[in-house]
Amino acid sequence: MRISETDDDNWFDDAAGRLIRPYTVSNGRTEPSIRMELLSMVIATGRRPHGHLGPDHSQALDLCSGVTTVAEIAARLRLPAVVAKILLSDLAGWGAVDTRAPDPMADNSNPAVLETIIYALKQRL
Amino acid sequence: MPSNNGSDGFPSALKLLIAGGFGVGKTTFVGSVSEIEPLRTEELLTTASVGTDRLTGVEQKSTTTVAMDFGRITISRDHVLYLFGTPGQERFWFMWDELSGGAMGAVVLADTRRLADCFPAVDFFESRGIRFLVAVNEFDSGIRYELDDLRSALDLKPDIPIVHCDARDQRSATGVLISLMHHLLASQAPR
Repeated sequence: MRISETDDDNWFDDAAGRLIRPYTVSNGRTEPSIRMELLSMVIATGRRPHGHLGPDHSQALDLCSGVTTVAEIAARLRLPAVVAKILLSDLAGWGAVDTRAPDPMADNSNPAVLETIIYALKQRL
Repeated sequence: MPSNNGSDGFPSALKLLIAGGFGVGKTTFVGSVSEIEPLRTEELLTTASVGTDRLTGVEQKSTTTVAMDFGRITISRDHVLYLFGTPGQERFWFMWDELSGGAMGAVVLADTRRLADCFPAVDFFESRGIRFLVAVNEFDSGIRYELDDLRSALDLKPDIPIVHCDARDQRSATGVLISLMHHLLASQAPR
C-alpha cells in the first residue's frame, strides 16, 4: 500500500482508492442542502466561515478560488459527486462560495452560441 | 480557467456527451480535444434489479458506481464546453439522469469491429430526443467501410450525420465536434 505523501488531508491509496469512506466526509448525509448539478458553477466569495473548517470543506473551498464546476471539484477531491455537492452546499450556506445552476435551455439551441462554438473550435484545428 | 465576465459573473457550462461501447475510444477522444487532462467523476446509483425471480415478491436493489471521464474546452468568456464520456462498460449509466439531462448534443463513437456496441447509445439518444451524430473511429487494424454501408448497418435515420474519425488525433476529433455543431445548427426543431 502506498499513500501519496501530498494527500494528507485526503488519504488516497493508488490501488485501494480513497481510504476514508466517502459518506464519512459528509457526516452520513446523502443530500446536499441546496440543489447543485455537475455543471453548476462555483466560486469562492473570499469570506471565510466562522469557526474551524474541517479538512474536506477546507480543501473544497481552496479549489473554488477561480470559477469552476462541481464536477471538477468532485474529481479533484476524488469524491462521489453527491458528497462534493454536500460539501459545496455547506460552503454556500456559510457564504463562503457563490453558485449558479446551469441553464442549458438558454444556450443549447441558440444559433449565435453554436456559431461561436464553431468559430472557437476552428481556431483549435 | 474560464474567465469571469458573464452577465452575473459566471460563464455558462454546455454539455456534450461522448458515448459508445466499451473500449471504443471515448476517453481518448475526450483527451484529444480537452484543454485539461481528462478528469473522472463518479456517482453511486441505486437501481431496482431487473431479475426474473418473481416468486419472492421482493424487489432487489443493487448499487452500482458509475464513473465518467470528462474534459473541458473554453469557448469564450461566457461559454465553456464540457465533454463527458459515458461509461461503456456500465449498463446503467443512462439512469444517472443528471449526465444526459440538459446535454446540447452527443457523439456516438462506433468501432466497425463491434458495430452493435453502439446500438444502446443510438437508441437512448433517439428516445430522449438528444441530437447526435455517429463518428466511426478508425483503428489501424480495422477495415475501412463506406459510410453508406455503415449507415445501413446501423439503421440510421437519413438526417443523422455519420463521419470517419481518429479519436487519437486532435484535429480529427475537433472536426467531429464541428460537424456536430453544424448538425445542431441545421436541425433547430424544438425538442
